[in-house]
Amino acid sequence: MTALPQTTAKKLGLVIDLDTCVGCQACATSCKEWNTQGYSAPLTDEDTRGADPHGPWLNRIHGYEVEDTTGKDSRVVHFPRSCLHCETPACVTVCPTGASYKRAEDGIVLINPDTCIGCKLCSWACPYGAREYDVQEGVMKKCTLCVDRIYNENFEPEDRQPACVKACPTGARHFGDLGDENSAVSQLVKERGGFDLLPEMGYKPTNKYLPPRAKRDTPQAGIEALPKGDGSAMDRLFKLADRLLSGN
Amino acid sequence: MNPAYSVIFFTTASGAGYGLLALLGLTAPTLGQSASPVFVLVSMIIALGLITAGLLSSTLHLGHPERAWRALSQWKTSWLSREGVAAILTYPFALAFGLTWSGLYPAPDAIAPLGAITAIMSFITVFTTGKIYASLKTIRAWHQPLTVPVYLFFALSSGAALFLALSAIFMRDAGSVSTVAPVTILALALLKFLYWRAIDQATRDRTMGNATGLGPNVRQWEVPHTTKNFVQREMGFVVARRHAKRLRALFFFLLLCAGLLELLAVRMPLVAVLAFGITFLAAWVERWLFFAEGEHVVTLFYGNPQT
Repeated sequence: MTALPQTTAKKLGLVIDLDTCVGCQACATSCKEWNTQGYSAPLTDEDTRGADPHGPWLNRIHGYEVEDTTGKDSRVVHFPRSCLHCETPACVTVCPTGASYKRAEDGIVLINPDTCIGCKLCSWACPYGAREYDVQEGVMKKCTLCVDRIYNENFEPEDRQPACVKACPTGARHFGDLGDENSAVSQLVKERGGFDLLPEMGYKPTNKYLPPRAKRDTPQAGIEALPKGDGSAMDRLFKLADRLLSGN
Repeated sequence: MNPAYSVIFFTTASGAGYGLLALLGLTAPTLGQSASPVFVLVSMIIALGLITAGLLSSTLHLGHPERAWRALSQWKTSWLSREGVAAILTYPFALAFGLTWSGLYPAPDAIAPLGAITAIMSFITVFTTGKIYASLKTIRAWHQPLTVPVYLFFALSSGAALFLALSAIFMRDAGSVSTVAPVTILALALLKFLYWRAIDQATRDRTMGNATGLGPNVRQWEVPHTTKNFVQREMGFVVARRHAKRLRALFFFLLLCAGLLELLAVRMPLVAVLAFGITFLAAWVERWLFFAEGEHVVTLFYGNPQT
């Protein structure tokens, strides 16, 4: 079970656009909402009304500052982090029970909640922090790529996508087959120079990240100065109204 | 890495147990049936008791201890599974060895081969324990060639110290173990010195820039959640790392005391009991540090600039 498939027919995964992500957390909250009732056991939280609420989320949105030495291109980058559905995931091979597995048909990495013993070794083996422990359920949790949505025939075809992708208001998340070089996601990766996280560690992540685009120069000169008053009766009337409404 | 007490107890207790078991297995032929049955039975019960208590405690940190048997299934890929299999397989050989050596089941010819197999199985089990940690590429301080030898020598030196203590209590000559014990302490000190030198000198070339793909001038601006999540609690432990220098010094001091007491035990056998206590304490200090100094690569996403 924990032996990895030699190849997978598809490589389903996400492409995340760091240029357009606004860090609104919509993907994270819709993920939590869907997955607390979906494929695996509920995503339970601890100390929900206390001082230290915590619990498993399958998607975490970091914020980073990137400083440009020229000072022109410094920016804040919102950075969603979830399971990358690696081609050679160590989290699967270290699993002693076979609860962790990578599907040969589409490459999705999953945990069987009925056989996981909650030893947490998979979370040690993952460099991306994609696996979190659920104290109440006693099992590990991770992104399922919404395996219970993407093949769900009760949904309209356009809804057969991961919850995070459907929720993203800026279109920063794309879902598709990264094994097919003609797919829309593969084309996007090629066009935008999509990259892997920690490629030197050799886990071959399926999910790709699109780098922030270079900033375009703001055309300062193009902004027109506000029109000055011409002293007409109408102009004086507006000035009076402005003063009265401003309260001085 | 967060040092879970159940795992520290498991690795130190079962380490001492397997070390003792291996030494009993190897020395049995020279001691032969002349060994008193009481000494044999008490030593075997202590060795297997430490191993069993350790194994049980290691299931305490599981979310589903009742499913622990499933961990025996994935020995083809998982070192944790291999450890479970090796631990279980050691029992029948150890029990058969104990029964024949104590004379409860008289088969003098079987003592030496059963003892040898028991020693080999003990070695394999501790080896697999070390491999669980050494195989994790995500933790540079563990993914080291010296990790497994340190585990093996810890098992051997704490087992040898226990062997000396038991021999003293039963007023028996510890034979060659009197020499083996201080030598393993010395070897352990040397291995650990080299291990610490290796991890201190290792190139910390994994950066927040590689992890995020955002280049060298990236720094954390906002964490994704208001309180610490599982990843930070489990992987982001730093308390003991701050005291690493002092704890390393304490470790060497404890080993020095244990080694000297073991030498003294040749004249005054009962100090061997104290030597074992100190060796076991040193094992706790070392294992605690081993976890605390294990810096996980995921910390790069949480503000650690490099690992």
